[in-house]
Amino acid sequence: MSNSYRGSAVVRWVNDRLPIFTFLDHQMRDYPAPRNLNYWWNYGSLALVALVLQIVTGIFLAMHYIGDARFAFDSVEHIMRNVNYGWLLRYLHSNGAALFFLVVYVHIFRGLYYGSYKSPREILWWIGIVIVLAMMATAFMGYVLPWGQMSFWAATVITNLFSAIPLLGQEIVAWLWGGFAVGGPTLTRFYALHYLLPFVIFGLVFLHLWALRTVKSNNPLGIDVRGPQDTVPFHPYYTSKDYFGMGLFLLVLAGFVFYAPNYMGHPDNYIPANPMVTPTHIVPEWYFLPFYAILRAIPDKLGGVIAMAASLLVLFVLPWLDTSRVRSARFRPIYKVIFWFLLADVVLLGYVGSQPAEGIWIHIGRALTAYYFFHFLILTPVVGKIERPRPLPQSIAAVVLKGGKA
Amino acid sequence: MKRIVLAAVAALTLGAPAALASGEGDLAAQSWSFDGIFGQYDRHAMQRGFQVYKEVCAACHALKYVAFRNLADLGFNEEEIKAIAAEYQIADGPDEAGDMFTRPGRPSDQFPAPFANDQAARASNNGALPPNLSLITKARAHGPDYVYALLTGYRDPPADVVLGEGMNYSLAMPGNQIAMPPPLTEGQVTFADGTPATVEQMSRDVVQFLAWSAEPTLEERKNAGIKSMLFLALMTGLLYVSKRRIWSKLH
Amino acid sequence: MAEHGTAAVHTGETRRDFLYVATAAVSVVGVGAVGWPIVDSMNPTADVLALATTEVDLVPIEVGQAITVVWQSKPVFVRHRTDQEIAAAADVAIEDLRDPQADGDRVQKPEWLILIGICTHLGCIPIGYKGDFNGWFCPCHGSHYDTSGRIRVGPAPENLKVPPYTFTTDTSIVIG
Repeated sequence: MSNSYRGSAVVRWVNDRLPIFTFLDHQMRDYPAPRNLNYWWNYGSLALVALVLQIVTGIFLAMHYIGDARFAFDSVEHIMRNVNYGWLLRYLHSNGAALFFLVVYVHIFRGLYYGSYKSPREILWWIGIVIVLAMMATAFMGYVLPWGQMSFWAATVITNLFSAIPLLGQEIVAWLWGGFAVGGPTLTRFYALHYLLPFVIFGLVFLHLWALRTVKSNNPLGIDVRGPQDTVPFHPYYTSKDYFGMGLFLLVLAGFVFYAPNYMGHPDNYIPANPMVTPTHIVPEWYFLPFYAILRAIPDKLGGVIAMAASLLVLFVLPWLDTSRVRSARFRPIYKVIFWFLLADVVLLGYVGSQPAEGIWIHIGRALTAYYFFHFLILTPVVGKIERPRPLPQSIAAVVLKGGKA
Repeated sequence: MKRIVLAAVAALTLGAPAALASGEGDLAAQSWSFDGIFGQYDRHAMQRGFQVYKEVCAACHALKYVAFRNLADLGFNEEEIKAIAAEYQIADGPDEAGDMFTRPGRPSDQFPAPFANDQAARASNNGALPPNLSLITKARAHGPDYVYALLTGYRDPPADVVLGEGMNYSLAMPGNQIAMPPPLTEGQVTFADGTPATVEQMSRDVVQFLAWSAEPTLEERKNAGIKSMLFLALMTGLLYVSKRRIWSKLH
Repeated sequence: MAEHGTAAVHTGETRRDFLYVATAAVSVVGVGAVGWPIVDSMNPTADVLALATTEVDLVPIEVGQAITVVWQSKPVFVRHRTDQEIAAAADVAIEDLRDPQADGDRVQKPEWLILIGICTHLGCIPIGYKGDFNGWFCPCHGSHYDTSGRIRVGPAPENLKVPPYTFTTDTSIVIG
């Protein structure tokens, strides 16, 4: 390898044997990123920061946590009371999980707004959806670990979703539980999987980045990069921007961890699991509420489960449901409107999910669920056909250098 | 929604059917020294509250996870903690003969539970289970206000209310029924510092103590929080200026 | 902020460098500040530290007997030495020892020898009343200790350690 890498003798010595610096240069310095990415593009790297934070805090929590139903609750209190900075690790982990979802949801809606799922980025999009599914599984199993009342009943309710599967439902649920009900074996296997899945997610993130490097970043204009005048090196331009975003993210996280650590939690989870008493109002963590609302909107067990699964799976076929060839909503006057309607729909679904399944909430939940699917299955294809997009600019550089919105 | 959650929790505690009454079980928000960004516990109030727990609540309620050594947080010194611990008999063993025995407590021991198990606790309390108190202010919505309202909310039942067997009338509980008889009466404990032992005073003080038992790291957390937030603000500011500088080369 | 003053006279390039260096330095401090709690979480927890002392009642230990008690999760040998053992421990040319130490410096009362029962070689537990000096013998790699717990033969580099202890009465001690 002809290797005239700049830098100190040590750097060159290493690089001649393992060209890690060349690799990093290639990935960061030489990677051409569109020069007009706005702050909504920060959320991808933020998600990686959040994932690393979860893995690091999780590994050290695992050194004190006991994955046995007899000791799990006590071991969490041990972490909170006796372990040096145990309270900090645990609060970082629990609040970090919630903010991880917030970041990823913003990342997804950014993709929806700017058409980042469209050709040639379909596989990039798919990997992203798989990451979200893996995150949901991980978060759910992590929520079970403290073995409080909410943990136990969340485990019961969610695993019971599988009992809706025809014919084999009961057998599958018993297999998941390792018993006749949620119990010790369930907790222990959830712990094992909760430790494993983040590394699977990490691997998926690499696939996600690989695909990204192949098809390159989308941008707020949604038009392709036409040449070097349209790009800047990722480093130092976007690394510096991402670091700044990370600072803001950490400020928000610290605000929760230090001043409202249990704000997103539920008091019932400080009551040890009791298989004989269900709390009268159980709710999932906020980041599951829209899906929970969809589940409850269908007055049929199997139907509810299918609807909930479909609400995520529909995203897989979105690249083909969207018939418009224009990516960015900036140039799609009708799509822009229905995007905001969809966002409002999902937020409202989340609110409905937090309310008891009674009276008016049932009807509102059904209407919102219907709209959710209407958006993807009907509106998106039709709007793509009938909409007349605004004219696309010549190039990214033309817009940026004219002083247009970057 | 808060009210419904509270009702759920209260029903749980009681082991009684949940009476999802709206408008009942209202909690008046109290002001606590540990509220807010700079909030800290009140050491004198905690010491009085500990006395209330020790002389009143401890007869039925456990204080799991709290060790005598933790009382240093209340301002007790090592000798005082040793003396407090020695007042308790702790089950230990087995000895050389294989028998369990009791011995005086040491600072490293946890507060012993008043009952051997939940069944024994129920048997002694008319079927109701007195909950462990060391997490009570975190295990209830608006926990400190809830405990205060509960302790100060006992009243004679109105004429038209029929209470269940062994139940008491409470303004704090949804459904207005609670299994625990009024635990505090005026002058029930004698505070060493001469503070008059009114029901309100004892209730406020025991809430301070219980809030500490639920979250003993609150002060450490808030102190670390101020430093962390200031540091992060500085770092983020620098990162922002650096980012601006770097991008200024482009234009 | 001396640098700030000098930087101001220099070109913008220097000021820019200073900004980047300061930003990087603050960020590194931040990483360190997060790193410490994570590292510290692996240190002994508060409940473990609280079990730092062990009380031992000496009355049941006959002359010529030794018991093993647990102190900070480690075995501690409490040996009621005979007169011969005390004499043997004293009758040693201290300068010839690998880890020179007088028997008198290793005990508070000659009849009571209190040692941490961990071989200073690689951490095995030596066996009492064994070995060439009738003190302790470590079966793992053949270290012989005398009746004062001093290393005499074998690979161990140091004498068996004496834990901190105090006599609370004539017949009871507190270790730690």
